[in-house]
Amino acid sequence: MAAGVAAWLPFARAAAIGWMPVANCPMPLAPADKNKRQDELIILNVSGRRFQTWRTTLERYPDTLLGSTEKEFFFNEDTKEYFFDRDPEVFRCVLNFYRTGKLHYPRYECISAYDDELAFYGILPEIIGDCCYEEYKDRKRENAERLMDDNDSENNQESMPSLSFRQTMWRAFENPHTSTLALVFYYVTGFFIAVSVITNVVETVPCGTVPGSKELPCGERYSVAFFCLDTACVMIFTVEYLLRLFAAPSRYRFIRSVMSIIDVVAIMPYYIGLVMTNNEDVSGAFVTLRVFRVFRIFKFSRHSQGLRILGYTLKSCASELGFLLFSLTMAIIIFATVMFYAEKGSSASKFTSIPASFWYTIVTMTTLGYGDMVPKTIAGKIFGSICSLSGVLVIALPVPVIVSNFSRIYHQNQRADKRRAQKKARLARIRVAKTGSSNAYLHSKRNGLLNEALELMGTPEEEHTGKITSLIESQHHHLLHCLEKTTNHEFIDEQMFEQNCMESSMQNYPSTRSPSLSSHPGLTTTCCSRRSKKTTHLPNSNLPATRLRSMQELSTIHIQGSEQPSLTTSRSSLNLKADDGLRPNCKTSQITTAIISIPTPPVLTPEGESRPPTSSPGPNTNIPSVASNVVKVSAL
Amino acid sequence: MATVRHRPEALELLEAQSKFTKKELQILYRGFKNPGSLEFQECPSGVVNEETFKEIYSQFFPQGDSTTYAHFLFNAFDTDHNGAVSFEDFIKGLSILLRGTVQEKLNWAFNLYDINKDGYITKEEMLDIMKAIYDMMGKCTYPVLKEDAPRQHVETFFQKMDKNKDGVVTIDEFIESCQKDENIMRSMQLFENVI
Repeated sequence: MAAGVAAWLPFARAAAIGWMPVANCPMPLAPADKNKRQDELIILNVSGRRFQTWRTTLERYPDTLLGSTEKEFFFNEDTKEYFFDRDPEVFRCVLNFYRTGKLHYPRYECISAYDDELAFYGILPEIIGDCCYEEYKDRKRENAERLMDDNDSENNQESMPSLSFRQTMWRAFENPHTSTLALVFYYVTGFFIAVSVITNVVETVPCGTVPGSKELPCGERYSVAFFCLDTACVMIFTVEYLLRLFAAPSRYRFIRSVMSIIDVVAIMPYYIGLVMTNNEDVSGAFVTLRVFRVFRIFKFSRHSQGLRILGYTLKSCASELGFLLFSLTMAIIIFATVMFYAEKGSSASKFTSIPASFWYTIVTMTTLGYGDMVPKTIAGKIFGSICSLSGVLVIALPVPVIVSNFSRIYHQNQRADKRRAQKKARLARIRVAKTGSSNAYLHSKRNGLLNEALELMGTPEEEHTGKITSLIESQHHHLLHCLEKTTNHEFIDEQMFEQNCMESSMQNYPSTRSPSLSSHPGLTTTCCSRRSKKTTHLPNSNLPATRLRSMQELSTIHIQGSEQPSLTTSRSSLNLKADDGLRPNCKTSQITTAIISIPTPPVLTPEGESRPPTSSPGPNTNIPSVASNVVKVSAL
Repeated sequence: MATVRHRPEALELLEAQSKFTKKELQILYRGFKNPGSLEFQECPSGVVNEETFKEIYSQFFPQGDSTTYAHFLFNAFDTDHNGAVSFEDFIKGLSILLRGTVQEKLNWAFNLYDINKDGYITKEEMLDIMKAIYDMMGKCTYPVLKEDAPRQHVETFFQKMDKNKDGVVTIDEFIESCQKDENIMRSMQLFENVI
């Protein structure tokens, strides 16, 4: 329950008088205010700075240090004040939380110091108000990242002898600074990647002439040498790939990763080339495959942090880039179409088709202007100039604006997503708090029952197995209890409710349960059931009356199929003897049981009469009179 | 709504008008002026408007929907019908509820049920009140809440209260029937020592 409104609890309880004339059952007793102290000022001395507040202000949050009896540990008898050897600045925020119910995070404060203080005072950081929550989370995230970085660099310097050979190898691959062997391996592979890339490049350089024929590229002139180099590189790469595959902790994930795909693509052409001989048909395809050898240059990204970051940035900006591309495509298509139709008339025009005009449009819009395609008609020239001017506008201007816009929007989206996630988390927390308070009520109800049951049984064992609730909580629970009495319905939690609904819809024959008790809602709308009075007017003619009622129940059960909640489920949680006489209030009078298999005449009066004695003579003294009005049927 | 800051009457005056002591008034005022961590803090300090009132009340009944009942309650407290409950209204109401005679309390309850304040409780008014009360229970009740539970409850109520069976309950019928019912009499004394 929110703290500040605890001050309004007396009002809510007073307003409950509005239910009294309407209720038909007696109300439960109010919890007694045993030690009713006058509200007093207490002094909190935090490192010399004195704060003063009312005791009740602090007691609004009984599960924190200041609100519970834990603060007594800090009570200084001599000065009659509570002394805390902590930071007074943060304490200001903490105390304001008690006063206003909102926890703020001061910007100038260090995040870890603040967290420490909150942990000391037993306050969850999730309660931080909306105004300061985002700032808090941002700082916390930064701090966490810093910690992670620290941990990583720490871990790298540790030696972990307990790793298996495979794990050592993987660590060596991932982080070359771990051991000398890894470093050697790192540099060797780097060298061979460079060699391979340079080989590819040099292969195509014309290399002097062989007399009698035209210039040959070096690759064909020294083909054997190049082939040997290529083989060596590919062997190294293959070995490296296989070793990585062996050492990977999750082979499946490794195979799917980008780097391994690059590795595979880098070495496949060689093997394919080995397999395929000089078959004329496929040699064209074979040549194409050699292009893929250039992908070996991407293997450098393992060696370069910067390349990896670039790749990651491109990946993360993919949607923005996609939109940019899309808008450019639109402009290109428009202008290409216009140019095509403008130049259609001129003879020997290079604008043979719209796709052919694409080239012109792109070259013009990016202000390259190769000059291989130029418009010749006047209309073409006009549109061409419009194209180039708009090219300047379309490309040169928005690109920086788009870049910065998208950067801003991207961060905004991130923040909006963050806020949405936070809101969801926030609502979830509120829901949890709400269910917490209602669960607290249900929990204390059960505990209350347990206590009453224990008292009934006469077992003077431990009094309280449940938590000791504060006075405010017990008053609040009393209020909810009064509402239950007024409406003759109980609060239950969702699970049980759904259980009841499911069970009632599934079970129509509870005859095998003993002692199965199920209450029929139709008869229990009013506490001192008038309807049941009508059907059981003569105490002597109980049998036909109850049979009549059972018949009624049968028919009504059929009509309202899903209204047969079973008590056993709720009872079982009480862990008591399944005797509902322990509920010392008018609930007992509501409980009737119905057996649909009616042949066995239900036992009435013994049960009925045994109830009043066992029901607690506690707060409600008119139970016997009530009970005798209602005939109870128990199932056998 | 006026945004002028409302200052309550002097403490002595309120003490004379109500049945609370000065200390009790002090405690009540502190709670009244600072409704705690609520969303609707737009009301000028010193009065509580209906939204805040509803929100405060709903904090106490997490499982159900207490807005309708809070609305009726607000009207019962807002005796001068200006749309806001000032501290004087608040104290006046609480004084009756917590320190008043049984007659006064019954009067207050009658006033709560009589929505249009015409001196008669009709079945429709009672049905509205009853539905509002049952709404506060929420969905997850045991036994399962049926559709006509409020109506049946209203029938019971009228059978008990409406002596001359004319379909409405007057204040005299109400007070007379309540005084005859032990349960009601006893429960009226229940909240004597709330403050």
